[in-house]
Amino acid sequence: MALIDTINPLLTTGWAKGDAGWSLKDYEARGGYKQLRRVLESKMSQDDLIAEVKKSVLRGRGGAGFPTGLKWSFMPKAAPVKYVVCNTDEGEPGTFKDRDLMRFDPHSVIEGMIIAGYAVGAKAGYNYIHGEIFETYERFEEALDQARAAGYLGDNILGSGFSFDLFAHHGWGAYICGEETGLLESIEGKKGQPRFKPPFPANFGLYGKPTTINNTETFAAIPFILGMGGEAYLNLGKPNNGGTKLFSVSGHVNRPGNFEVPMGTPFSKLLEMAGGMRGGRKLKAVIPGGSSAPVLPGDVIMDCTMDYDSIAKAGSMLGSGAVIVMDETVCMVKALERLSYFYYEESCGQCTPCREGSGWLYRVVHRIEHGEGRPEDLDLLNRVTDNMMGKTICALADAAAFPVRSFIKHFQSEFEYHIENKKCLVDPEVQRMGSGFFKAGAA
Amino acid sequence: MNTPNTMLSPELSPESLKKIDREVAKYPADQKQSAVMAALVIAQDEKGWLPKETIAAVATYLGMAPMAAYEVASFYNMYDLHPVGKYKITVCTNLPCALSGGVHAADYVKQKLGIDFNETTPDGMVTLKEGECMGACGDAPVMLVNNKRMCSFMLPEQIDKLLAECK
Ligand SMILES: Cc1cc2nc3c(=O)[nH]c(=O)nc-3n(C[C@H](O)[C@H](O)[C@H](O)COP(=O)(O)O)c2cc1C
Ligand code: SF4
Ligand code: FES
Repeated sequence: MALIDTINPLLTTGWAKGDAGWSLKDYEARGGYKQLRRVLESKMSQDDLIAEVKKSVLRGRGGAGFPTGLKWSFMPKAAPVKYVVCNTDEGEPGTFKDRDLMRFDPHSVIEGMIIAGYAVGAKAGYNYIHGEIFETYERFEEALDQARAAGYLGDNILGSGFSFDLFAHHGWGAYICGEETGLLESIEGKKGQPRFKPPFPANFGLYGKPTTINNTETFAAIPFILGMGGEAYLNLGKPNNGGTKLFSVSGHVNRPGNFEVPMGTPFSKLLEMAGGMRGGRKLKAVIPGGSSAPVLPGDVIMDCTMDYDSIAKAGSMLGSGAVIVMDETVCMVKALERLSYFYYEESCGQCTPCREGSGWLYRVVHRIEHGEGRPEDLDLLNRVTDNMMGKTICALADAAAFPVRSFIKHFQSEFEYHIENKKCLVDPEVQRMGSGFFKAGAA
Repeated sequence: MNTPNTMLSPELSPESLKKIDREVAKYPADQKQSAVMAALVIAQDEKGWLPKETIAAVATYLGMAPMAAYEVASFYNMYDLHPVGKYKITVCTNLPCALSGGVHAADYVKQKLGIDFNETTPDGMVTLKEGECMGACGDAPVMLVNNKRMCSFMLPEQIDKLLAECK
């Protein structure tokens, strides 16, 4: 889906022509690779470059929101072999921004990665691409060929003496490879099981070498930050929440899609850009940052602005910027059942609390949904999550626990109704029509 | 067009091996194993699925233990360790898609084909799978055909069209 609407387009400037504007000549025509050229020709120092990124207060767009400039500064200076890795594994349910970035503007990601390579002293990089988006992977390979042919990749880039090459690694269906160390294991040709941390990738990353890993959108923002200057980028957003952000809006809105807005834009404005609620129905709940983020009731999110701090204050996370909108036709127990099944399926199984806990969560939510819930089940669910959170190698266990706790917290009476009456609070026929799959009146 | 390497793994075609060589070249010379994911995809494309012997051939070609390649093949969801139909249709039923008809789309396909998830039609043409988020939730309902072709906005009419193509 091409871009529908935007305020202050940066990342999405190249999306205007949809599938027709991705290639190298289009990118160069809109100022592409100018920042790489400037960095190399002016022999900008690595410290100055990182300082500029720090000034922008760009925070990682992959979910955790870690300041990018700071992350780059952790890379040891002296190490002879280092890597830059891009995380395009985008498997967090609700998130579909990186796919569009890669489809409509792959060279912005490439330019961002080359500049990052220069900043941290890496000579090679990999972009790990989600298995299910083969067409996007193929296009990225084509974009890499274009960049190589034009001298932006390879030995002695633009005669500067700086060499950097970049390759695409295609995933093949495992959510856990989105976790950065699972991803590194996967590039090494192994099962994508996350590593114990520390050591962090900046010290022990790909093939045991210092590695900087960032999300696709994070890299794509770099050329724009250098173009306008870190401070101007910061000022597009709000303090501590620099710049613009892509939000993937899915679910019960009239125009699902990606929207680029300045950090701090009111949720109500984003909802309006997405065409408002489907069929004019009432907003019930929103998951504001991908399926791992706690759900917020409709009236709470309507008072929020879309930035890390506001969403955190409301009790959730901005995460990957995936905004899942649910209206009054949704049964919250069924919705949670779908999510719990996902985490149960995708746990890599290394840690007992995650492997066993995610199974428990799914089975108990499943039995509530199917009319076999017991009065003690809500306490049981909360107890299971207590035993998962903060007790595992990676954050998937927490990601499985957050939805369960927040759904019960905000919609407890709906869960209780389900247990007592052995059926949904929301009429099944209302639920059925809510998806828009069936035409009104049809069987 | 035989390359000397073909001798090591007669199970894969020279074309496939050439493609694998291109993947190997992406990684440091001492890290051939990094190409195992891509090599298994190439092998699956050629064979339609991944018999144990083929996985072993891939492993030998890359100089790694067969068990290590088998672990990879069984860890990632899109490798088929059993035969599938000529068309494998994977439907995303995760929450964001479900809100816009993902589950209903899966039900519709099941009813039209008379099969459930993980089953193949009696004529061997279509296998149906349940998938997780494909990173395309704005285009829901979405389906993936043979791992590589993404189909968007799959309402009844579009599903009818897709199934008519699966011949
Ligand atoms: C279970 C799990 C899944 C994740 N999936 C993704 C993902 O699909 N894409 C992504 O960029 N980051 C994902 N992350 C976050 C990464 O581990 C990492 O923090 C991120 O790629 C760093 O990039 P950033 O600083 O630019 O955000 C995931 C984390 C966890 C725990
Ligand atoms: S928390 Fe879960 S997904 Fe993460 S390493 Fe442990 S078992 Fe694997
Ligand atoms: S939930 Fe189906 S593509 Fe994301």
